[in-house]
Amino acid sequence: MTVAAMSEHQHIDHDALAELRDVMEDEFVILVNTFLQDADDRLEQLRAGAASEDAEEVRKMAHSFKGSCINIGAPELAERCRTAEQRGRDGDLSDIDACISAIEAELGAVREALAHFRDQ
Amino acid sequence: MTTDTGSATPLRILIADDNQTDRMILNAILTRQGHEVIMAEDGVQAVEAFEQQQPQMVLLDVLMPNMDGLEAARRIKAAAGEDLVPVIFLTSLSDAESLASCLEVGGDDFLSKPYNRVILRAKINAFLRMRDLHQSLQQERDRTDQRNRQMTREQALARRVFDNIADRGCLGAENIRFEASPMSIFNGDVLFASPKPSGGMHLFVGDFTGHGLPAAIGALPMSEIFYGMTAKGFAISDILREINRKLCNILPTGFFCCAAMVDLNLRSGHAEVWNGGLPTAWILRHDGTQDELRSRHLPLGILSAEHFSAACERHTMALGEHMLLATDGVIESANSGGELFGEERVTAAINQRSEPRGGFECLREAVHRFGEGVVSEDDITILDLAMVPESALNTVAHEVLPDTGAGPEQWRLQYDLEDRTLARFNPVPLLLHVCMDVPGLRLCSGDVYTIITELFTNALEHGVLRLPSGLKDSPSGFSRYYSERERLLGQLASGRVSITLAHKPHEDNAGGTLLVTVADSGPGFDPGASASSLDHERLSGRGIALVQTLCHDVRWNDAGNCVEAEYIWRAGQDPGRS
Repeated sequence: MTVAAMSEHQHIDHDALAELRDVMEDEFVILVNTFLQDADDRLEQLRAGAASEDAEEVRKMAHSFKGSCINIGAPELAERCRTAEQRGRDGDLSDIDACISAIEAELGAVREALAHFRDQ
Repeated sequence: MTTDTGSATPLRILIADDNQTDRMILNAILTRQGHEVIMAEDGVQAVEAFEQQQPQMVLLDVLMPNMDGLEAARRIKAAAGEDLVPVIFLTSLSDAESLASCLEVGGDDFLSKPYNRVILRAKINAFLRMRDLHQSLQQERDRTDQRNRQMTREQALARRVFDNIADRGCLGAENIRFEASPMSIFNGDVLFASPKPSGGMHLFVGDFTGHGLPAAIGALPMSEIFYGMTAKGFAISDILREINRKLCNILPTGFFCCAAMVDLNLRSGHAEVWNGGLPTAWILRHDGTQDELRSRHLPLGILSAEHFSAACERHTMALGEHMLLATDGVIESANSGGELFGEERVTAAINQRSEPRGGFECLREAVHRFGEGVVSEDDITILDLAMVPESALNTVAHEVLPDTGAGPEQWRLQYDLEDRTLARFNPVPLLLHVCMDVPGLRLCSGDVYTIITELFTNALEHGVLRLPSGLKDSPSGFSRYYSERERLLGQLASGRVSITLAHKPHEDNAGGTLLVTVADSGPGFDPGASASSLDHERLSGRGIALVQTLCHDVRWNDAGNCVEAEYIWRAGQDPGRS
């Protein structure tokens, strides 16, 4: 197994994705594309919330984003969203930019892994 | 992985989630399982979609823009009303408080992320079973409601029929007071009173096991028998036997009627009482004492005709003395502490009276005071009778049945009773019935009854049995007379009474003449030695004197064992009672 393959394993849940493909049939590709498109929008909204120091907005955005991540089979990304959601709930946005950057970095890795899975 | 096949029962399911990928996944799972899916992106859309398309199940995200899932659930549950519309919250919430608030607004279950089609299918199937159960419960409840409404309607109808029959009685007579508390529309207690054709009255207090239908079944024929037979002149024992026979036939096992019947004879000042299963009744005396009238028999509707006894107790009652009867609802009425009124309180209440008349009020007030603020669980019936002179009851409206006008007007009938039949059978009701078919004569039924009864009794008791009437002059002789009569009747081996009735109408059709001839097999008396009415009085008691006042003419034959009475009546007149 290559190093790239190993890191893919950490970013996405292959079993969950296999079941999703089973459920979605022809729409699986649309689902993945929709998730990735959606994720970009949510990342933008998270940044906007952080910029206006709106902790409640940050909490809601991160929570919703987290739900999508769990469903699509991206546990690490979901975990990083959960951290941001907790900051929003605590009203502590001191390191929120770092949190969002961590989400963005993980989203990049997930995007790459999903594209690979999708095109298999 | 299990393969997804169509669900057995396709449902219309509303999904409300602001997250597009989540909606897509749920939509795919549910559609593949055969359900119809409606999608909404926020709470406002969800409530709108619910009202317009009436889905059978709702999957709601908690956090949504515009209106969150909690508020949407509250509104959907309110709009669903009685229908069971399960609301399942889609959630990645995990703290107990958040989950609890989902349940508080009416949420039925949770589905956590990532969505799993097997779990979702299991939840849907569980709700289908619950919904089916809910629907059958609702249908059962609706059916029960409908049945109850129908039963209430039928009871009200039965009550009207019953009242139409029972209202003909003389419960409004001046010597009767009663308290009857209906616990349901059709209560288990019955109370009848009817004037007898011979004067005086019959009274009946009954308490059926149960309420409603069992009481209704028994009360209707019972009331018909009581009023019908009393009007035809039947004796208390005949009526009791007939009611018992009827109830045995119609009531199922375990249903019966505790009852007391009273024959109040105003003319002779005594009462015959039969008590089967009712609490002890009382005769309240002028001297402040009371005689107990205990239950001596099983209730009506239990014993077959051959085991049933209609034996009554005979009690003298002076003018102004009272009889008090009550159903066991009095003894069993409870106070707010659940304590029963009981027999001791009944006795104590009655003893508060200062005169015989006061017993009724004392008991009534004591029961009401005792049960204050408690809804009565049993029917309470209290009946009070006063011994009054016969003239005091002239205001009682006599039953007037419609006259068909088509009955026989001119006829003759001879009826002979011999030997054992003479001892056992009372022919008066039968003969009275024949006379009542004469158009217009019904209004004079009291006179006709008295004439036939007195002449027959005279022929049987003095002619055949040769009882001396002088015995009846004293109260102790009165009861000796009756026990002697019973003894002689029991021994009677041969004898005959022959009754001939003949009726012819008057020329103007406004009345007629009834000729009553009664002959007996006795030796008779010497009519030459009894020319004065004083002698007749001595020989035959008050009865014959009464017949003489009612009749145009009363003649004996020479042998003194055949009497002929001529009764002339005019339509619409009631000469006997004026």
